[in-house]
Amino acid sequence: MSTFIQTLIVGLRLGSIYALVALGYTMVYGIIRLINFAHGDFIMVGGYTMIFTIPITFALGLPAWTSVLLAIIVCAAVGVSTELVAYRPIRKRGTSMTALITAIAVSLLLENLAQAIPAIGPNPIVASQIFGTGGFTVAGVTMEWTTVYTIVISAVVMVVLYQFTQKTKLGRAMRCVSEDKEASILMGINVNNTIVLTFAIGSGLSAIAALMYLAQYPKVYTTMGALLGLKAFVAAVLGGIGFIPGAMLGGLIIGLVESFTTSYVSSSMADTFVFLILIVVLILKPAGILGKNVGEKV
Amino acid sequence: MLEVKDLNVFYGAIHAIKGISLTVNDGELVSLVGANGAGKTTILHTISGLLTASTGEILLDGQNLQKVPANTIINLGLAHVPEGRHVFARLTVEENLRMGAYILKDQKKISENLDMVYDHFPRLKERYKQLAGTLSGGEQQMLATGRALMTNPRMLLMDEPSMGLSPILVKEIFAIIEELHNSGITILLVEQNAKMALAISDRAYVLETGSIAMQGPAKALSEDDRVRKAYLGA
Repeated sequence: MSTFIQTLIVGLRLGSIYALVALGYTMVYGIIRLINFAHGDFIMVGGYTMIFTIPITFALGLPAWTSVLLAIIVCAAVGVSTELVAYRPIRKRGTSMTALITAIAVSLLLENLAQAIPAIGPNPIVASQIFGTGGFTVAGVTMEWTTVYTIVISAVVMVVLYQFTQKTKLGRAMRCVSEDKEASILMGINVNNTIVLTFAIGSGLSAIAALMYLAQYPKVYTTMGALLGLKAFVAAVLGGIGFIPGAMLGGLIIGLVESFTTSYVSSSMADTFVFLILIVVLILKPAGILGKNVGEKV
Repeated sequence: MLEVKDLNVFYGAIHAIKGISLTVNDGELVSLVGANGAGKTTILHTISGLLTASTGEILLDGQNLQKVPANTIINLGLAHVPEGRHVFARLTVEENLRMGAYILKDQKKISENLDMVYDHFPRLKERYKQLAGTLSGGEQQMLATGRALMTNPRMLLMDEPSMGLSPILVKEIFAIIEELHNSGITILLVEQNAKMALAISDRAYVLETGSIAMQGPAKALSEDDRVRKAYLGA
């Protein structure tokens, strides 16, 4: 029983990270119908930003996790620049296929650009301890504080984000632009600014995901975002891409599948099961678990 | 109020609007009738800035609309009820109406206008919490119209409001358009249902493949033999 609960907790922790990354994919996809393949690499950008900021936080007497604040700013800036420099000009002239190829190009560019920076280089860098060590044991189940923080912080971020999209004027504008750009223009919404805001939020979330990831696997390297990003993308598709609660649910499912496969089957089979589940869900429900096509009445 | 001068619009190589000029005076209800593909919707889209004209001028009270960003045209008192409603399907009825008042900051004004729209369309009030995508076609048309009224516009562009509606609903929608007209709102109406449109309009333009074929008082046009044969099924 305690193994089961332990596995469940690990799955939730992993799933929280996937969910945060999946949110970035889903928000950008929702608003410009583009799979932002560079999104996974924003996690890497966030990771390195924290690695280089942690010594400063120590020098200032602040806890290591405060480095995430700068990482959020840097990731948001990188995300917004990507939109302004690469995606927006392509969107005006090219097809969705050109945009997709551009996204892959941006991803490769970020990974290779990072490697070209002398302070980063090709070798992984080990991160310091982000959260305090230790934990507590309840009924034979050990909980690390890091796990508690990861799950709680992700949950809070997701609730805040959901409320933002539902209750605030800007959040509603984001939903409107993702649904119907022309009607949004007629309402007086500045579509381009709304897209920029979406990139800023989605990319900022990847910095928070980087924090959680580093707390668990304290190592950064230039391709760290590739597989993590891919799995988070799977999570977004699984839950119903373009749909915020879908990304959260998809992330948690992927996390749980991975953790249960590792515990009860074999750790080498974890990714296999993740993608197997994707295939099965897409066959049964192509729009994803929560995704639905709201028919337009004419 | 609205003056379109020698407008030319291209879709790639297709010359969709060929040198059209039209005016809508303060308080008038003017309709634009014509067959499918004549360019009616294109004209409205160009007025609202959703499409760019290659040449020509669009003046609203003397101000050139082509010089202002499309999303700020609503601030000038011109609202557009698009063809096919374009309500936000995943937002509730009330959220849709509040989006109509996106440019307003005064919360009191927004609730006043919300009450005004609910007065016009009691059915929307009954369904305020329902997702717009689940409304019937007629209700969506009411919602799209109500949404456009949320900023108290001086002028409305209405694109095919009767499309796909049952005859009873068509009558209801046209009664609403007349009511809005009588309340002092200037309206440019695009309709395939020429008969109904001419019956309530002050003046009309008949559009044929991107050019104006005829124009004049709606009553005179509805008695014209050519119009009767081509558009009124007489």
